Amino acid sequence: MNDLKIAVPASSRAEKVQKVIAPCGVEAWLVEDYAVPIVALDLAFGGGSSQDPPGKGGATTMLSALLDEGAGDLDGEAFHRALDDDAIELSFSANRDIVSGHMRTLAAHVGQAFHMLGLAVQAPRLDADSVERVRAQLLAGLKRETNDPDSLAARTFRAIAFPNHPYGLPGRGDLTTVAHVTRADLVALHGSIFARDNVKIAVVGAIDAKTLEGLLETCFGPLPAQNSITRPTMATLQGVGTRQVVDLDLSQSTLRFGRPGISRKDPDFMAAVVANHILGGGVFSARLFLEVREKRGLAYTVYSQLASFDHADILMGATSTKNERALESLEVIQAEIRAMGRDGPSLAEVEKARKYLVGSYALRFDTSTKIAGQLVGLQLEGYDVSYLDNRNRLIESVSLEDAIRASERLFGNGELLVVAAGRPVGMA
Amino acid sequence: MNALIPSVGLTLSPNGAQNAAMPANISHFTLANGMEVVLIEDHRAPVVTHMVWYKNGSAEDLPLKSGIAHFLEHLMFKGTKNHAKGKFSEMVAELGGQENAFTSNDYTAYFQRVARDHLRVVMDYEADRMINLVLDDATVDPEREVVMEERRMRTDNDPAAQLQEAVQAALFTQHPYGRPVIGWGHEIETLNRHDAIAYYERFYTPENAILVVAGDIGHEELTRLANETYGKIPARGAKPERLRPQEPPARAHRLVSLSDEKVEQPSLQALYLVPSVSTAKPGEAEALEVLSHMLGGGPTSILYKGLVLDQKIAVAAGAYYMGTAVDDTRFYVFAIPNDGVTLEALDAAVEKILEAVRTTPVDAGDLVRAKTRLVADTIYAQDSQASLARWFGAALATGMSVGDIASWPQRVQGVQAEDVQKAAEYLQKQRAVTGYLMPKEP
Repeated sequence: MNDLKIAVPASSRAEKVQKVIAPCGVEAWLVEDYAVPIVALDLAFGGGSSQDPPGKGGATTMLSALLDEGAGDLDGEAFHRALDDDAIELSFSANRDIVSGHMRTLAAHVGQAFHMLGLAVQAPRLDADSVERVRAQLLAGLKRETNDPDSLAARTFRAIAFPNHPYGLPGRGDLTTVAHVTRADLVALHGSIFARDNVKIAVVGAIDAKTLEGLLETCFGPLPAQNSITRPTMATLQGVGTRQVVDLDLSQSTLRFGRPGISRKDPDFMAAVVANHILGGGVFSARLFLEVREKRGLAYTVYSQLASFDHADILMGATSTKNERALESLEVIQAEIRAMGRDGPSLAEVEKARKYLVGSYALRFDTSTKIAGQLVGLQLEGYDVSYLDNRNRLIESVSLEDAIRASERLFGNGELLVVAAGRPVGMA
Repeated sequence: MNALIPSVGLTLSPNGAQNAAMPANISHFTLANGMEVVLIEDHRAPVVTHMVWYKNGSAEDLPLKSGIAHFLEHLMFKGTKNHAKGKFSEMVAELGGQENAFTSNDYTAYFQRVARDHLRVVMDYEADRMINLVLDDATVDPEREVVMEERRMRTDNDPAAQLQEAVQAALFTQHPYGRPVIGWGHEIETLNRHDAIAYYERFYTPENAILVVAGDIGHEELTRLANETYGKIPARGAKPERLRPQEPPARAHRLVSLSDEKVEQPSLQALYLVPSVSTAKPGEAEALEVLSHMLGGGPTSILYKGLVLDQKIAVAAGAYYMGTAVDDTRFYVFAIPNDGVTLEALDAAVEKILEAVRTTPVDAGDLVRAKTRLVADTIYAQDSQASLARWFGAALATGMSVGDIASWPQRVQGVQAEDVQKAAEYLQKQRAVTGYLMPKEP
């Protein structure tokens, strides 16, 4: 298992990707595969909830939810019926940085599926009754999570971490801002986001490049050439050293903690991925899992992750522990983070982490939908297809020294921004 | 839109074969010790999904010991005579694999997803923990705390989940489906090492287990590997029986309501006791599945159209049939009211729609659309070896055969309008449990 060659894929993943460019300039990454008679498409338009107008938080989410609620000459009901007649799946959502779309169709209906996708991105109707229906749905969703400890901790965490920045605002807005969104806001957002120079696309399945090229042209050709989104400034996570409690009458406290992260463009990024994996990655042998859950029974879940947004990079983690022991959980977590910052990981830990990260990469590519998602992700992060083959080599080249250096940078003195929702005993 | 319904599995609708013959990529056989094996070949990527399913779930929990099936699932990661605690997980992680386990009413399953070359080693470890589990108090005690935290996180923090428990308990007055899979808190607190071992020895046997492997491996190689690993475990004799008190006919309507100051958004649900795929008369489960899609399977469904689009009294509405179950099971209907609409008014509107479905023939276009969707789902499913493995495992563990699974799309296609109307007879208020989730009155 120490032989580095084992990690090089038997066949190149990058070689399987074709770049298909339509005459209108829109490009898609295609993996042609006929094993199952379906086609999956993933896309992302730049500019998510960070584009919400002031006081109109949730507008981009609302727009995303409205794209399949009527477009072209089909009202909402007719649109959904047309999708269902051919069992075509089409949905849109927004996060901070993007509006994403997912489409899946049987190969037999691929033309109709692209037609529906084209209508949705080019000509959403935004009919008054659809707008009010979606608004009511979003408000109901917000009300449902009003006193949910995860949501409350997350919202408070963001507000403290990113004051005076779009990232500090709730992506789906709040009861007041969603109520204020107008159709004109939605029309303006649509005009600024949905442009040919602002979309990343990946297609996987039973379709050839020539056919795809034609479909891309009819689907995206009519969009304006250029977007007019506003790019937020870069932000650094604030509030390190702060402990904020959100009072909630529950027996368990939900903790969210974080520090500034490391950029994907930073030479230490891969080393930071390795370091974070050792601390709190998604395996049963991560330090936080062992110390918090296995040894002490303090929590069911505990993890940390590196989150790279377009305009900020953070290290973020979470756990939930009964109120009486929440402080103990936090202390155990913080001690581990401090130790990682001070001493870094051991060689054995680095070797194990590299093996996991290299070996598990293949599991991200075992369904059409997952492959399409990965390929859009790479495009958004600015990588070329070669990354598909290089990524594991980059992980393998992380040395113990690299991991120690990245740990020092990432975990530093172990100080954290901490938000707890619940009634944690002894945590001020 | 099924967000109101926690932890329900997917109803079976696997494999896209259009005829009842066994699809070429599926093989099914039994080892000499009685352990069943299913292979779903998928050679698109050099990975495999390896699962072992035990035909026991929370419905086998003994009186006073609710939660023991789930607790044991946690404890199965604590080491064996041959491998110290954590060794298996560490090994899976080093192989770049993923692993986990889950417990439901009717089964408990363990899985790893690894590169095809590592299949043998995870089979070795999984076979080892079928017979060699070692537990001590130092391991068991903290894990019980972990499960208590899991329960707090899933249930105690969430009024909707608390209502869900109460609604299930009301629907199943006798049958153990009325108990939460994770167990009641006061009983989890009493579970100990001896309970776990007694349960383990009773149910973790080759006769009670199903091996499901999906991925990049052929029949011959898997047969050899299965014989060299699980095949070495001695047969235990008769397989454990599921002894469950069955539910008497439901004859009374029950209203269960929960008001909590943490609730800001009210919601309505109704549960009906219906046959499962395993207990239904021929054709009945297929009709219930089609009915659930027509009634509440998305924005073109009857409930959504009636309540959300036409009457504008709800923001969401849907239905779900939990068909994959050993015994009679649940059919859910739910709706979230618009501002200013009472749950009573919404409930009455739901009732009116169900009444119409029971008494008038369903729309032919709606019927075709629902069947199109259900059959397409079986083709979409082929894209994911992990989902296929889960569907086969759940189906076999609840009493279906591989042939039943293969013929499912054809049987769904055969459902007629009158079958759907007849299935809707089950959705009678006097058989139902209605659940109201409400804010606290000021």
